[in-house]
Amino acid sequence: MNAPFTPPAPESLACEPVVRVRRLSRRFTLKGVLDGVDLEIRRGEFVALLGRSGCGKSTLLRALARLDHEAEGDGEIVVPERRSVVFQDARLLPWKRVLDNVILGLSGPDAEARGVRALLEVELLGREASWPYELSGGEQQRVALARSLVREPELLLADEPFGALDALTRIRMHALLKRLSEAHRPAVLLVTHDVDEAIELAHRVVVLEQGRVAADIAVELPPDGPERSVRFAALRRQLLGRLGVAEREAAPTLISSGDPP
Amino acid sequence: MSAQSPTLFSAVLKRPDAARRPWVATKAVRAVRRLGVGKPDPLGWLLGPALLLLVWTLGSMSGLIDARILPAPWATVSTAADLIHEGRLQANLAISAWRAAQGLAFGVVAGVLVALASGLSLWGGYVFDGLVQVKRAIPVLALIPLIVLWFGIGETMKVTVIAISVFIPIYLNTHAALRGIETRYVELAETLGLSRWTFVRQVVLPGALPGFLLGLRFAVMAAWLALVVVEQLNATSGIGYMINLARTYAQSDVIVVGLVVYALLGLTSDLAVRQVETRALAWRRTFGR
Repeated sequence: MNAPFTPPAPESLACEPVVRVRRLSRRFTLKGVLDGVDLEIRRGEFVALLGRSGCGKSTLLRALARLDHEAEGDGEIVVPERRSVVFQDARLLPWKRVLDNVILGLSGPDAEARGVRALLEVELLGREASWPYELSGGEQQRVALARSLVREPELLLADEPFGALDALTRIRMHALLKRLSEAHRPAVLLVTHDVDEAIELAHRVVVLEQGRVAADIAVELPPDGPERSVRFAALRRQLLGRLGVAEREAAPTLISSGDPP
Repeated sequence: MSAQSPTLFSAVLKRPDAARRPWVATKAVRAVRRLGVGKPDPLGWLLGPALLLLVWTLGSMSGLIDARILPAPWATVSTAADLIHEGRLQANLAISAWRAAQGLAFGVVAGVLVALASGLSLWGGYVFDGLVQVKRAIPVLALIPLIVLWFGIGETMKVTVIAISVFIPIYLNTHAALRGIETRYVELAETLGLSRWTFVRQVVLPGALPGFLLGLRFAVMAAWLALVVVEQLNATSGIGYMINLARTYAQSDVIVVGLVVYALLGLTSDLAVRQVETRALAWRRTFGR
């Protein structure tokens, strides 16, 4: 994947945010509390939501997906009608073949053709008639991605979509998600606890802490070169600090391995 | 001392030689003991019945088993041939099978309909599930006097008893499977914006199919069981009647033929349902592979 990374110029993004959250609060008896979250995501903008477990990042994603029927709380949420969710598990229906999973709930004579095109985009052409159990974990997650993209969402919500994949598959999935989100330009909210993944993919990283937005940092890195490594490492250090992890505790990564101390 | 030294010497000589032998490694490999039972042979289950047949044959040949208690296998086979020749076996079998099929059909349809009503809506569940649980606590056999009072002792009574026995496992398993659809699939359907009907048709019903098919296996067995019971009561035809009549005339060979027929019916119908299962559930890794 050698597509050049283009840092977002905020002015060039369409002006109106497609997602607007104001003073959002959610209370649950057990866990997952939001305490006055403000967030805006513009069209084509890729936002990573970082936070330690229990900070409320999944709660926020579920609120945006409108999956929290029983949640108590208040605040304002504006989300587009066309939105789709990629979960941590691929969540394919085991009794439907791959193509039928992709076009589940779509109607119209061109549904199948659109499904096939989506499978082509995730490099799974030819697996239309496979059963989900015949695919590897990474392939299943690519089918889930195709199922989301075939609906041309204005908002793509991804809840740790690569959390269950092995490291090599994850790198390939990063490249694929980056390419597809640049091609389709939905607003993306990626929930993750992987700092490197957030910096690698997002235009903006939002850190959630105890149900509040603790940091909102634009990722502006040059496409490559030593400058990129230095800035990557600095941002990584900053974010890890925000999350309360000293960098020597975090596992070294391929990207920052060549950095000066 | 001096007498021992050659032995010591030879032992020292032998040691390096012994160490080079591969037995050490072999022992280490063998040390991992297999604890699982291993892969079963698909026809292995036939061994038990075959042994039973062998004991029966030897017992009859040696005279250890009195022919009045249990006729010899060959006597049973010739009795079966006679019964087929006279046409009695086929006629009774056809009647029994027809009763079972009717009861099975009514019971399955009713079980599925009530399970759908109670599985897919909260109110349906409130209305039907409690009723079925109460019915479940009453054995079907205890209901027979009442059913005889209502329907007489004819075919209607027999089919009704079989249908009720079939209804229970079909309802219980289908209902549990419908209610047991995983929350994650419900969430997925919500995020995909599926309509209620599409959700039921594409997600709930296929997801509940394994539960229904399991219920069907129990139901088929329940149908044969109920058949045996109703055919011992006031029947004038069927395998059960044939057995009862044979008891009156002390024809133990006819009784054994009837029992073998019951066994074959049960086994073949269970096999048939499992075939259906294998085809309908091709998406499950565990089937047919």
